Amino acid sequence: MAVRLVQRPGAAASLVLRGVRVLDPAAGIDEVRDLVVRDGRIGGSPEGLEEVSAAGLVAVPGFVDPHVHLRTPGREDLEDIATGSRAAAAGGFVTILAMPNTAPVVDTAPVLKALLERGEQEAAVRVGFYAAITLGQAGRELTEQAELAEVGAAGFTDDGHPVSDAEVMRRALQYQRITGRPLVLHEEDPRLSGRGVVHEGAVATRLGLAGIPSVSESVAVARDATLAEYEGGRIHICHVSAAETAEEIRRAKARGVRITGEVTPHHLVLTDAAVESLDPTRHKMNPPLREESDRQALIAALTDGTLDCVATDHAPHAGDEKEVPFEEAPFGVTGLETAFAACHTHLVRPGHMPLELLVRRMGPDAAAALDLPVPTLAEGAVADVALIDPEARVVVGLEGFQSRSRNSAFLGEELYGRVMLTIAGGQVAWRA
Amino acid sequence: MRRRSLLTIADLDRVEIARILRVSNRFAEVMERDIKKVPTLRGRTIINMFFESSTRTATSFELAGKRLSADVVNVKGSGSSVEKGETLKDTVITLSSYAPDVLVIRHASVGACQIAARYTDAAVVNAGDGKHQHPTQTLLDLFTIEREVGPLDGLHVAFVGDIAHSRVARSGIRGFQTMGARVSLIAPPTLLPRDAETALGVSASTDIRDMADADVVYVLRMQLERMGPGGFVPSLREYAATYGVNHARLRAGQRVMHAGPINRGVEISGELADDPKALIERQAANGMVVRMAVLYDLLAEPAGATEPAEPLGAVAA
Repeated sequence: MAVRLVQRPGAAASLVLRGVRVLDPAAGIDEVRDLVVRDGRIGGSPEGLEEVSAAGLVAVPGFVDPHVHLRTPGREDLEDIATGSRAAAAGGFVTILAMPNTAPVVDTAPVLKALLERGEQEAAVRVGFYAAITLGQAGRELTEQAELAEVGAAGFTDDGHPVSDAEVMRRALQYQRITGRPLVLHEEDPRLSGRGVVHEGAVATRLGLAGIPSVSESVAVARDATLAEYEGGRIHICHVSAAETAEEIRRAKARGVRITGEVTPHHLVLTDAAVESLDPTRHKMNPPLREESDRQALIAALTDGTLDCVATDHAPHAGDEKEVPFEEAPFGVTGLETAFAACHTHLVRPGHMPLELLVRRMGPDAAAALDLPVPTLAEGAVADVALIDPEARVVVGLEGFQSRSRNSAFLGEELYGRVMLTIAGGQVAWRA
Repeated sequence: MRRRSLLTIADLDRVEIARILRVSNRFAEVMERDIKKVPTLRGRTIINMFFESSTRTATSFELAGKRLSADVVNVKGSGSSVEKGETLKDTVITLSSYAPDVLVIRHASVGACQIAARYTDAAVVNAGDGKHQHPTQTLLDLFTIEREVGPLDGLHVAFVGDIAHSRVARSGIRGFQTMGARVSLIAPPTLLPRDAETALGVSASTDIRDMADADVVYVLRMQLERMGPGGFVPSLREYAATYGVNHARLRAGQRVMHAGPINRGVEISGELADDPKALIERQAANGMVVRMAVLYDLLAEPAGATEPAEPLGAVAA
């Protein structure tokens, strides 16, 4: 029973990046030289290969995103496997995992099989699919997880909703002994979140918007970390947004709980101050943007490894759905195409985090957290490469998006860092 | 040409608020005349869009427009295309195609007027958007205090009650502060929003006795749906006993305000509501003249630069 990652068939990449900074901190590589990709693998003879002038550019292991919404099946008008995976490639990602909150929900083997087949036709990068923890993500009955794992589900998640019933969560943790796949948890106490639409704090108070308190997330994580510890289970916490949550994960890891966590670029870069715009297109998402103290705590947690990786929670929505008053708009922002540039611009350039660490957290560490193939630039490895011009200035959305949707949190912003070339699974998936 | 809008009270600085209050005084004089109509906005078109129920705001806006001789059209949420699922954006675009000068909008959602203003060249006046803002209420409150109590500078206004769900308070706090007043909040802990003191620049208390310090006690409407099981306070009875404003809690010289509609015997006692110490009826009456002044101010050419000459135009035929 292995996780199935699918990608459309294509020609194996063969080229040489001339004079590039080859940076793979996890493999101990950081040197300026030529990087050869021959027949889809790293290394070999450069002879006769296409030469790409890459002076001043950085080649890093391709990024891995354990949290995207491809809106397929059901809302292909927002995104499909082809457009979503192309957006991923444009962002330097080589592997992405799609969430099952689709219509229908991915909660049976036939739905999952159909998606995997489509992915084999359409996916520009490797795509894996999660299945739901509960039927219809309704939080009551477990899905047939043994069969779903057999078919190749990447893990199980009710993302978009918490598993509110502690007993159901406990059964899922016990059943995990059959599948071995991570339980990927959207953590929130629905009663504490209530009708909240933004972080509960000074901004919500000024605007008169109902707040989602930080503790709505952290109490749910505390519960599930305790259950996972008791059952010996393994959980991955989605889109951590609050300082309190990071602290819960830190404590759980310290006592040996098998828990990993992810954080989005928008939570690392933005705060609820942005919500004063009342622009739901860019700034309404769940969990909400929180305070500067939370943002600093998230950066610290990503730095010290409490949070394992960056994940985008790429959530496409139509312009029409978002051109409504803030409270009425759906939650979610896109993120695949801006993830590196946003983090590079707002974390690396101001000195909050070295580039080496960001590269690890966006690639190898994300893969390791979810048991995926770890991208590396080591000799002989399958080529999973993102070639980046770190100082290239990008105005987000100015040249359009590869995604079918344009509800980016950074729409119109100036960012630094352009992905010039992505090789995913040994194939050229993107060229700027 | 895109007109100026009034979306939040923060759109107005001290000078602009003072100007609107002066103009309100002039219109108040007009209202003492036998014929209460002036030709000031003849030929202008005002569309009142009330997506949420309203009695005093809707009526006073309609009368304000009519007494200024503007053409006034009223669109309500029920019985309009909104019921057929039309979005706010499309409704605004459609109504704007008739080239109105002003859209007055009441809506249940925070920021609805900001959205509307994106899709029209007309001036947008926020007549209440969710729990966010109600700037003309604040202007009429300021006008009422100036006329009935005295200058705002240095005055202490205490809001009492459901701060969390009150656009009257959110607007008022900012407006009173802009005019130099000190604002404090008194509320049950469950209805005092998080970080209120730092977010709003006020002092906050959960003890009703702290209202003794205030010159003006501004009582907020307690919405009945917030009571009872799963609610913010256990019962009406306990709320009235703990936070109800009545004669026994009022100090000599204090004045009482309420934006209405009132719940007699809940947030305010019936006797106090009927007492001349309460300015509730004055607030309602002043609402119309202040809304006349706001419409005048937004449509004056050039923007806001002129105040009405004496007299305010000939009395309309």
